Amino acid sequence: MDQLLHGFIRALQLIVTFDPEVMEITGRTLAIALSSCIISTIICLPLGSLIHFKRFAGKRILVNVIQTFYSIPTVVVGLVVFLFFSRIGPLGVFNLMFTPTIMVIGQIILVSPIVLGLVIAALSGVDKGVFETASSLGASRFQATFQVIKEARFAIFSAVTMGFGRAISEVGLALMVGGNIRGFTRVITTAISLETAKGDIELSIALGIILIFMALLVNIVINRFQQK
Amino acid sequence: MKRILYFLVALLTVASLLAGCTTSSAMTTPKVRFRIATTTSLYDTGLWAYLEPKFEEYENEYQSEESGMPRVGVELDIIYAGTGAALNHGRNGNVDAVAVHDPDQEKTFVDEGWGIDKRSFAYNFFMIAGPSSDPAGIEGLAPADAFRKIAEEGTENPDEVKFVSRGDNSGTYGSEKRMWAAAGYDYANDVQGAEWYVEAGQGMAPTLVMANELNAYVLCDGGTFTVLKSQLLALVTLVKETSEQTLNVYSVYAINPDKIKTAKIDIAKDFINWLISPDVQEMIGDYGVKEFGGALFYPIADPTYPAIPNLADNMKPVQ
Repeated sequence: MDQLLHGFIRALQLIVTFDPEVMEITGRTLAIALSSCIISTIICLPLGSLIHFKRFAGKRILVNVIQTFYSIPTVVVGLVVFLFFSRIGPLGVFNLMFTPTIMVIGQIILVSPIVLGLVIAALSGVDKGVFETASSLGASRFQATFQVIKEARFAIFSAVTMGFGRAISEVGLALMVGGNIRGFTRVITTAISLETAKGDIELSIALGIILIFMALLVNIVINRFQQK
Repeated sequence: MKRILYFLVALLTVASLLAGCTTSSAMTTPKVRFRIATTTSLYDTGLWAYLEPKFEEYENEYQSEESGMPRVGVELDIIYAGTGAALNHGRNGNVDAVAVHDPDQEKTFVDEGWGIDKRSFAYNFFMIAGPSSDPAGIEGLAPADAFRKIAEEGTENPDEVKFVSRGDNSGTYGSEKRMWAAAGYDYANDVQGAEWYVEAGQGMAPTLVMANELNAYVLCDGGTFTVLKSQLLALVTLVKETSEQTLNVYSVYAINPDKIKTAKIDIAKDFINWLISPDVQEMIGDYGVKEFGGALFYPIADPTYPAIPNLADNMKPVQ
């Protein structure tokens, strides 16, 4: 019990004094998760619009498949990325194993189904009249689509936030393809898993608190947007 | 809408500030990244964290002297994994050198042509730790006898007597399997899957923590145990012997550039020669002595035990 209390106090000290290691790991975690979410959004927003607005056979099945991938295990993504990007793998020439870049790639694969699925759902939630009204007022297809996206912006933003939450909290992928290299690919989750094993409880608790705080922030954002 | 925008801007500012001031050096990488895969027992003692900046400093100075060019900025990246996994990182071409400790797997690695320029650089001894109550009564026995006793008592009373194994193709695991064989057991049939036998499938430190929680026996290297001792309240050293059987030698290999074209052989050679240089050998021997009250690793040339047969050849720099 003593150890726990002591660890907690030390952890708070680490946070309020902006301990360089804690800040560095937190910053990297944010940078990687934000990058993957932004890129994923850039991919998924047009793709989601396309799927939503186009009529084609098998659309239902496609959406079902996307939703199935919401809960794809992070280690499976890790395995796939590892197989492809290992230097003897088909994409090995890029020499990306154990870099932040590969972690971003992995996280994009991980969060894109969530962002894509929720973007489609968000667009479906917009009144069909919006598209028709815009069209009848002389908007091109592109402009009308843009109007619908604008209408669904809150739901889309909460979709991205959801993806962010998944990216920031995963550990399997980051460990497998990032390698948890100190000062290069170590993020909050991998640091916690290593330091807990090594017994540096204070650092673990400090990072854990920060991670929970981030989750809280994500939740607040989602709640706010869902009320709109 | 305005409030949301404010919130967003604030969030992004904080994030980018954090990211900007802390990771700019890590995210932009004009540096040369030299990667090694190392065993968890070396990593968990903190030895690599201690040596890493020293090698980077040495290599960068060395490079600028050699070429007269401005510093290139070699970054040493350390991936930790059990010996088996570390060697596979080498085979997959994801690292430029490996530092490992399993004679059998190393031999295969060299025979297959992956590993070259072997140099041993440190050693210590495996030991058996267990609960202080010592339910199987192994204290002071020879390792093979202790294993036999654990197996017998474990079969008899699996609730009281347990053994936690690495179970992960690491060097420690290899040594454990050899000890079971020496104790007269067929590992796959007699030991694996027994009720008293727990395969952790994790690194050295997590395995020790698990043994501590389960009140179990465990085979580990002396260095990692010394480092973690203060947290392993339930565990004490029960079998400690300096012998051929418990000897644990750490060796480093460069990855053969004929096999993996991208392997950074020049830096790997520098790295290997640096590890066996007298200064660094002394650092390895001194590491942790003050902090933990005893040596964690012996330099390979340490005269107290003849760790390798051809010491003179081993201390010659690779060409």
